Amino acid sequence: MSGVMKRMGMIFRAKANKALDRAEDPRETLDYSYQKQLELLQKVRRGVADVATSRKRLELQLNQLQGQSAKLEDQGRKALALGREDLAREALSRRAALQQQVSDLETQHQTLQGEEEKLTLAAQRLQAKVDAFRTKKETIKATYTAAQAQTRIGEAFSGISEEMGDVGLAIQRAEDKTAQLQARAGAIDELLASGALDDPSGMAKDDIAAELDRISGGTDVELELQRMKAELAGGSGASQQAIEGGTEQDAAHRQQTGRPNFDKQ
Amino acid sequence: MIVRIMGEGQVKLADSHFAELNRLDDELLAELEQGDEPGFRRTLAALLARVREVGEPLPDDVLEPSELILPGPDATLAEVKAMLGDEGLIPGLPG
Repeated sequence: MSGVMKRMGMIFRAKANKALDRAEDPRETLDYSYQKQLELLQKVRRGVADVATSRKRLELQLNQLQGQSAKLEDQGRKALALGREDLAREALSRRAALQQQVSDLETQHQTLQGEEEKLTLAAQRLQAKVDAFRTKKETIKATYTAAQAQTRIGEAFSGISEEMGDVGLAIQRAEDKTAQLQARAGAIDELLASGALDDPSGMAKDDIAAELDRISGGTDVELELQRMKAELAGGSGASQQAIEGGTEQDAAHRQQTGRPNFDKQ
Repeated sequence: MIVRIMGEGQVKLADSHFAELNRLDDELLAELEQGDEPGFRRTLAALLARVREVGEPLPDDVLEPSELILPGPDATLAEVKAMLGDEGLIPGLPG
Protein backbone atom coordinates (compact mmCIF):
# COMPACT_ATOMS: atom_id res chain seq x y z
CA MET A 1 0.00 0.00 0.00
CA SER A 2 1.40 3.36 -0.89
CA GLY A 3 -1.74 5.41 -1.31
CA VAL A 4 -3.79 7.58 0.99
CA MET A 5 -4.52 4.78 3.45
CA LYS A 6 -0.90 3.99 4.17
CA ARG A 7 0.19 7.61 4.36
CA MET A 8 -2.63 8.57 6.68
CA GLY A 9 -1.88 5.59 8.86
CA MET A 10 1.76 6.52 9.18
CA ILE A 11 1.06 10.17 9.91
CA PHE A 12 -1.66 9.25 12.34
CA ARG A 13 0.58 6.93 14.30
CA ALA A 14 3.41 9.41 14.47
CA LYS A 15 1.07 12.19 15.54
CA ALA A 16 -0.96 10.09 17.93
CA ASN A 17 2.14 9.01 19.82
CA LYS A 18 3.20 12.58 20.33
CA ALA A 19 -0.32 13.72 21.09
CA LEU A 20 -0.76 11.04 23.71
CA ASP A 21 2.13 12.41 25.70
CA ARG A 22 0.61 15.85 25.81
CA ALA A 23 -3.09 15.08 25.73
CA GLU A 24 -5.20 15.91 28.71
CA ASP A 25 -6.18 13.07 30.99
CA PRO A 26 -8.80 11.02 29.09
CA ARG A 27 -10.52 10.29 32.40
CA GLU A 28 -11.29 13.98 32.79
CA THR A 29 -12.58 14.11 29.22
CA LEU A 30 -14.87 11.18 29.93
CA ASP A 31 -16.21 12.80 33.08
CA TYR A 32 -16.79 16.05 31.22
CA SER A 33 -18.60 14.21 28.46
CA TYR A 34 -20.79 12.45 31.02
CA GLN A 35 -21.59 15.78 32.65
CA LYS A 36 -22.67 17.16 29.28
CA GLN A 37 -24.90 14.15 28.70
CA LEU A 38 -26.53 14.63 32.08
CA GLU A 39 -27.21 18.26 31.21
CA LEU A 40 -28.77 17.20 27.93
CA LEU A 41 -30.92 14.66 29.73
CA GLN A 42 -32.01 17.38 32.14
CA LYS A 43 -33.03 19.57 29.21
CA VAL A 44 -35.08 16.80 27.63
CA ARG A 45 -36.79 16.13 30.95
CA ARG A 46 -37.56 19.82 31.34
CA GLY A 47 -39.01 19.70 27.82
CA VAL A 48 -41.28 16.81 28.81
CA ALA A 49 -42.42 18.73 31.88
CA ASP A 50 -43.14 21.86 29.82
CA VAL A 51 -45.21 19.94 27.29
CA ALA A 52 -47.11 18.15 30.04
CA THR A 53 -47.90 21.50 31.70
CA SER A 54 -49.18 22.94 28.41
CA ARG A 55 -51.32 19.85 27.87
CA LYS A 56 -52.89 20.18 31.32
CA ARG A 57 -53.58 23.86 30.74
CA LEU A 58 -55.34 22.98 27.49
CA GLU A 59 -57.43 20.36 29.27
CA LEU A 60 -58.55 22.96 31.80
CA GLN A 61 -59.47 25.38 29.00
CA LEU A 62 -61.35 22.64 27.20
CA ASN A 63 -63.35 21.80 30.33
CA GLN A 64 -64.17 25.47 30.80
CA LEU A 65 -65.31 25.89 27.19
CA GLN A 66 -67.36 22.74 27.30
CA GLY A 67 -69.03 23.98 30.50
CA GLN A 68 -69.84 27.30 28.85
CA SER A 69 -71.12 25.52 25.78
CA ALA A 70 -73.45 23.37 27.88
CA LYS A 71 -74.61 26.48 29.71
CA LEU A 72 -75.43 28.30 26.43
CA GLU A 73 -77.36 25.30 25.16
CA ASP A 74 -79.37 25.28 28.35
CA GLN A 75 -80.01 29.02 28.05
CA GLY A 76 -81.15 28.59 24.44
CA ARG A 77 -83.59 25.88 25.50
CA LYS A 78 -85.02 28.07 28.28
CA ALA A 79 -85.30 31.09 25.92
CA LEU A 80 -87.27 28.96 23.47
CA ALA A 81 -89.54 27.74 26.24
CA LEU A 82 -90.22 31.37 27.11
CA GLY A 83 -90.94 32.15 23.48
CA ARG A 84 -87.81 34.25 22.99
CA GLU A 85 -86.52 32.76 19.77
CA ASP A 86 -84.16 35.72 19.23
CA LEU A 87 -82.43 35.01 22.52
CA ALA A 88 -82.31 31.32 21.75
CA ARG A 89 -80.67 32.05 18.38
CA GLU A 90 -78.06 34.28 20.04
CA ALA A 91 -77.25 31.62 22.61
CA LEU A 92 -76.90 28.94 19.94
CA SER A 93 -74.69 31.07 17.69
CA ARG A 94 -72.38 31.81 20.65
CA ARG A 95 -72.33 28.12 21.38
CA ALA A 96 -71.35 27.35 17.78
CA ALA A 97 -68.36 29.73 18.08
CA LEU A 98 -67.35 28.02 21.31
CA GLN A 99 -67.64 24.61 19.65
CA GLN A 100 -65.21 25.77 16.99
CA GLN A 101 -62.72 26.76 19.70
CA VAL A 102 -63.24 23.44 21.45
CA SER A 103 -62.50 21.59 18.23
CA ASP A 104 -59.31 23.63 17.67
CA LEU A 105 -58.17 23.04 21.22
CA GLU A 106 -58.83 19.31 20.88
CA THR A 107 -56.55 19.17 17.83
CA GLN A 108 -53.84 21.03 19.75
CA HIS A 109 -54.33 18.69 22.69
CA GLN A 110 -53.81 15.64 20.49
CA THR A 111 -50.65 17.14 18.99
CA LEU A 112 -49.26 17.96 22.41
CA GLN A 113 -50.06 14.49 23.66
CA GLY A 114 -48.15 13.00 20.73
CA GLU A 115 -45.18 15.29 21.42
CA GLU A 116 -45.23 14.40 25.07
CA GLU A 117 -45.17 10.67 24.31
CA LYS A 118 -42.29 11.11 21.87
CA LEU A 119 -40.32 13.22 24.32
CA THR A 120 -40.94 10.79 27.16
CA LEU A 121 -39.66 7.95 25.00
CA ALA A 122 -36.64 10.03 23.96
CA ALA A 123 -35.90 10.86 27.60
CA GLN A 124 -36.11 7.18 28.53
CA ARG A 125 -33.78 6.19 25.69
CA LEU A 126 -31.36 8.96 26.56
CA GLN A 127 -31.41 7.93 30.20
CA ALA A 128 -30.51 4.36 29.18
CA LYS A 129 -27.70 5.65 26.98
CA VAL A 130 -26.35 7.91 29.71
CA ASP A 131 -26.44 5.00 32.16
CA ALA A 132 -24.60 2.78 29.70
CA PHE A 133 -22.05 5.52 29.10
CA ARG A 134 -21.47 5.91 32.82
CA THR A 135 -20.71 2.20 33.16
CA LYS A 136 -18.43 2.23 30.14
CA LYS A 137 -16.73 5.39 31.33
CA GLU A 138 -15.92 3.84 34.70
CA THR A 139 -14.58 0.71 33.00
CA ILE A 140 -12.41 2.74 30.66
CA LYS A 141 -11.16 4.89 33.52
CA ALA A 142 -10.20 1.83 35.56
CA THR A 143 -8.50 0.23 32.57
CA TYR A 144 -6.67 3.44 31.79
CA THR A 145 -5.46 3.83 35.35
CA ALA A 146 -4.25 0.24 35.41
CA ALA A 147 -2.57 0.57 32.02
CA GLN A 148 -0.95 3.80 33.06
CA ALA A 149 0.44 2.21 36.20
CA GLN A 150 1.69 -0.79 34.26
CA THR A 151 3.26 1.41 31.62
CA ARG A 152 4.99 3.43 34.29
CA ILE A 153 6.40 0.29 35.88
CA GLY A 154 7.71 -0.90 32.55
CA GLU A 155 9.14 2.47 31.63
CA ALA A 156 10.73 2.98 34.99
CA PHE A 157 12.70 -0.25 34.66
CA SER A 158 14.02 0.01 31.18
CA GLY A 159 13.02 3.25 29.49
CA ILE A 160 11.40 1.27 26.72
CA SER A 161 8.78 3.90 25.91
CA GLU A 162 10.79 5.46 23.12
CA GLU A 163 10.83 2.27 21.12
CA MET A 164 7.08 1.85 21.24
CA GLY A 165 5.14 1.82 18.05
CA ASP A 166 1.83 2.54 19.74
CA VAL A 167 0.07 2.58 23.06
CA GLY A 168 -1.27 -0.95 22.78
CA LEU A 169 2.21 -2.26 22.30
CA ALA A 170 3.48 -0.10 25.16
CA ILE A 171 0.96 -1.61 27.52
CA GLN A 172 1.67 -5.10 26.24
CA ARG A 173 5.38 -4.68 26.75
CA ALA A 174 4.91 -3.11 30.14
CA GLU A 175 2.78 -6.09 31.13
CA ASP A 176 5.36 -8.54 29.82
CA LYS A 177 8.11 -6.65 31.59
CA THR A 178 6.18 -6.64 34.84
CA ALA A 179 5.50 -10.36 34.58
CA GLN A 180 9.13 -10.98 33.75
CA LEU A 181 10.30 -8.94 36.70
CA GLN A 182 7.85 -10.69 38.98
CA ALA A 183 9.10 -14.06 37.76
CA ARG A 184 12.69 -12.94 38.23
CA ALA A 185 12.00 -11.61 41.70
CA GLY A 186 10.34 -14.94 42.54
CA ALA A 187 13.32 -16.88 41.22
CA ILE A 188 15.76 -14.72 43.16
CA ASP A 189 13.73 -15.24 46.32
CA GLU A 190 13.91 -18.98 45.80
CA LEU A 191 17.65 -18.93 45.15
CA LEU A 192 18.24 -16.83 48.24
CA ALA A 193 16.05 -19.12 50.28
CA SER A 194 17.92 -22.18 49.07
CA GLY A 195 21.23 -20.54 49.88
CA ALA A 196 22.43 -20.86 46.27
CA LEU A 197 22.64 -17.11 45.92
CA ASP A 198 24.00 -14.57 48.34
CA ASP A 199 21.74 -11.62 48.91
CA PRO A 200 23.74 -8.67 47.59
CA SER A 201 22.01 -6.33 50.01
CA GLY A 202 22.85 -8.65 52.90
CA MET A 203 19.53 -7.77 54.42
CA ALA A 204 18.05 -11.23 54.76
CA LYS A 205 21.23 -12.65 56.21
CA ASP A 206 21.46 -9.82 58.70
CA ASP A 207 17.97 -10.49 59.92
CA ILE A 208 18.64 -14.11 60.53
CA ALA A 209 22.05 -13.52 61.95
CA ALA A 210 20.56 -10.96 64.32
CA GLU A 211 17.81 -13.38 65.33
CA LEU A 212 20.34 -16.17 65.88
CA ASP A 213 22.57 -13.81 67.82
CA ARG A 214 19.63 -12.73 69.91
CA ILE A 215 18.59 -16.30 70.69
CA SER A 216 22.08 -17.59 71.29
CA GLY A 217 23.00 -14.46 73.19
CA GLY A 218 19.94 -14.89 75.35
CA THR A 219 20.78 -18.53 75.90
CA ASP A 220 24.34 -17.65 76.83
CA VAL A 221 23.10 -15.22 79.46
CA GLU A 222 20.68 -17.83 80.79
CA LEU A 223 23.42 -20.41 80.81
CA GLU A 224 25.71 -18.03 82.60
CA LEU A 225 23.03 -17.21 85.15
CA GLN A 226 22.28 -20.87 85.77
CA ARG A 227 25.95 -21.64 86.05
CA MET A 228 26.40 -18.89 88.63
CA LYS A 229 23.30 -20.04 90.53
CA ALA A 230 24.59 -23.58 90.46
CA GLU A 231 27.93 -22.44 91.73
CA LEU A 232 26.27 -20.57 94.57
CA ALA A 233 23.86 -23.37 95.45
CA GLY A 234 26.37 -26.08 94.62
CA GLY A 235 23.65 -27.94 92.64
CA SER A 236 24.22 -30.08 89.54
CA GLY A 237 20.97 -30.01 87.35
CA ALA A 238 21.59 -26.47 86.08
CA SER A 239 22.96 -27.29 82.62
CA GLN A 240 19.98 -29.45 81.68
CA GLN A 241 17.54 -26.74 82.83
CA ALA A 242 19.41 -24.15 80.82
CA ILE A 243 19.11 -26.15 77.63
CA GLU A 244 15.40 -26.74 78.18
CA GLY A 245 14.96 -23.07 78.91
CA GLY A 246 16.53 -22.21 75.57
CA THR A 247 14.28 -24.63 73.74
CA GLU A 248 11.21 -23.20 75.40
CA GLN A 249 12.27 -19.73 74.41
CA ASP A 250 12.68 -20.83 70.83
CA ALA A 251 9.26 -22.49 70.83
CA ALA A 252 7.71 -19.36 72.31
CA HIS A 253 9.22 -17.30 69.53
CA ARG A 254 7.81 -19.63 66.92
CA GLN A 255 4.38 -19.34 68.49
CA GLN A 256 4.64 -15.58 68.55
CA THR A 257 5.57 -15.18 64.90
CA GLY A 258 3.41 -18.10 63.78
CA ARG A 259 6.18 -19.56 61.65
CA PRO A 260 9.58 -21.16 61.97
CA ASN A 261 12.55 -18.87 62.51
CA PHE A 262 14.26 -19.69 59.24
CA ASP A 263 11.52 -18.85 56.77
CA LYS A 264 12.61 -15.29 56.26
CA GLN A 265 14.76 -16.13 53.31
CA MET B 1 -5.10 -6.09 8.77
CA ILE B 2 -7.14 -3.53 10.68
CA VAL B 3 -8.37 -0.46 8.85
CA ARG B 4 -9.96 2.56 10.47
CA ILE B 5 -12.52 4.67 8.64
CA MET B 6 -12.32 8.00 10.42
CA GLY B 7 -15.51 8.86 12.24
CA GLU B 8 -16.96 5.39 11.66
CA GLY B 9 -14.84 2.76 13.32
CA GLN B 10 -12.55 -0.12 12.50
CA VAL B 11 -12.86 -3.11 10.20
CA LYS B 12 -10.77 -6.21 9.84
CA LEU B 13 -9.71 -7.01 6.30
CA ALA B 14 -8.39 -10.25 4.87
CA ASP B 15 -5.11 -9.95 2.95
CA SER B 16 -6.77 -11.30 -0.20
CA HIS B 17 -8.61 -8.00 -0.72
CA PHE B 18 -5.55 -5.81 -0.66
CA ALA B 19 -4.69 -5.91 -4.37
CA GLU B 20 -8.11 -4.58 -5.30
CA LEU B 21 -8.21 -1.99 -2.50
CA ASN B 22 -4.69 -0.93 -3.28
CA ARG B 23 -5.68 -0.05 -6.84
CA LEU B 24 -8.51 2.16 -5.58
CA ASP B 25 -6.20 3.66 -2.97
CA ASP B 26 -3.53 4.54 -5.54
CA GLU B 27 -6.19 6.01 -7.79
CA LEU B 28 -7.40 8.10 -4.86
CA LEU B 29 -3.90 9.37 -4.21
CA ALA B 30 -3.45 10.31 -7.87
CA GLU B 31 -6.73 12.23 -7.86
CA LEU B 32 -5.74 13.92 -4.64
CA GLU B 33 -2.46 15.04 -6.13
CA GLN B 34 -4.11 16.23 -9.34
CA GLY B 35 -6.77 18.11 -7.40
CA ASP B 36 -9.56 16.19 -9.14
CA GLU B 37 -12.35 16.75 -6.59
CA PRO B 38 -15.20 14.85 -8.36
CA GLY B 39 -12.87 11.95 -9.11
CA PHE B 40 -11.57 11.99 -5.53
CA ARG B 41 -15.07 11.90 -4.06
CA ARG B 42 -16.14 9.12 -6.41
CA THR B 43 -13.10 6.96 -5.68
CA LEU B 44 -13.27 7.62 -1.95
CA ALA B 45 -16.93 6.55 -1.90
CA ALA B 46 -16.08 3.42 -3.91
CA LEU B 47 -13.12 2.58 -1.66
CA LEU B 48 -15.12 3.08 1.54
CA ALA B 49 -18.00 1.03 0.17
CA ARG B 50 -15.66 -1.80 -0.77
CA VAL B 51 -13.89 -1.72 2.62
CA ARG B 52 -17.25 -1.86 4.41
CA GLU B 53 -18.40 -4.64 2.10
CA VAL B 54 -15.43 -6.98 2.47
CA GLY B 55 -14.36 -5.95 5.98
CA GLU B 56 -15.61 -7.33 9.22
CA PRO B 57 -16.48 -4.49 11.61
CA LEU B 58 -14.72 -4.49 14.97
CA PRO B 59 -16.93 -3.92 18.03
CA ASP B 60 -16.80 -0.36 19.37
CA ASP B 61 -15.34 -1.45 22.69
CA VAL B 62 -12.39 -3.17 21.03
CA LEU B 63 -9.45 -0.84 20.56
CA GLU B 64 -6.82 -2.23 18.21
CA PRO B 65 -4.11 -0.17 16.55
CA SER B 66 -5.09 0.49 12.94
CA GLU B 67 -2.51 -0.23 10.31
CA LEU B 68 -4.31 1.71 7.63
CA ILE B 69 -6.54 4.75 7.95
CA LEU B 70 -9.13 6.08 5.55
CA PRO B 71 -10.74 9.52 5.59
CA GLY B 72 -14.42 9.57 6.52
CA PRO B 73 -17.11 9.67 3.81
CA ASP B 74 -17.62 13.44 4.22
CA ALA B 75 -13.95 14.31 3.87
CA THR B 76 -13.17 16.74 1.08
CA LEU B 77 -10.09 16.75 -1.10
CA ALA B 78 -8.83 19.88 0.64
CA GLU B 79 -9.28 18.34 4.10
CA VAL B 80 -7.43 15.17 3.18
CA LYS B 81 -4.68 17.20 1.54
CA ALA B 82 -4.36 19.21 4.74
CA MET B 83 -4.20 16.01 6.79
CA LEU B 84 -1.38 14.70 4.65
CA GLY B 85 0.33 18.07 4.54
CA ASP B 86 2.82 19.62 6.87
CA GLU B 87 0.34 20.11 9.67
CA GLY B 88 -0.63 16.44 9.61
CA LEU B 89 -3.74 15.12 11.32
CA ILE B 90 -3.20 16.97 14.54
CA PRO B 91 -2.18 20.57 13.88
CA GLY B 92 0.51 21.99 16.07
CA LEU B 93 2.39 18.76 16.54
CA PRO B 94 5.56 18.00 14.64
CA GLY B 95 5.17 15.01 12.33
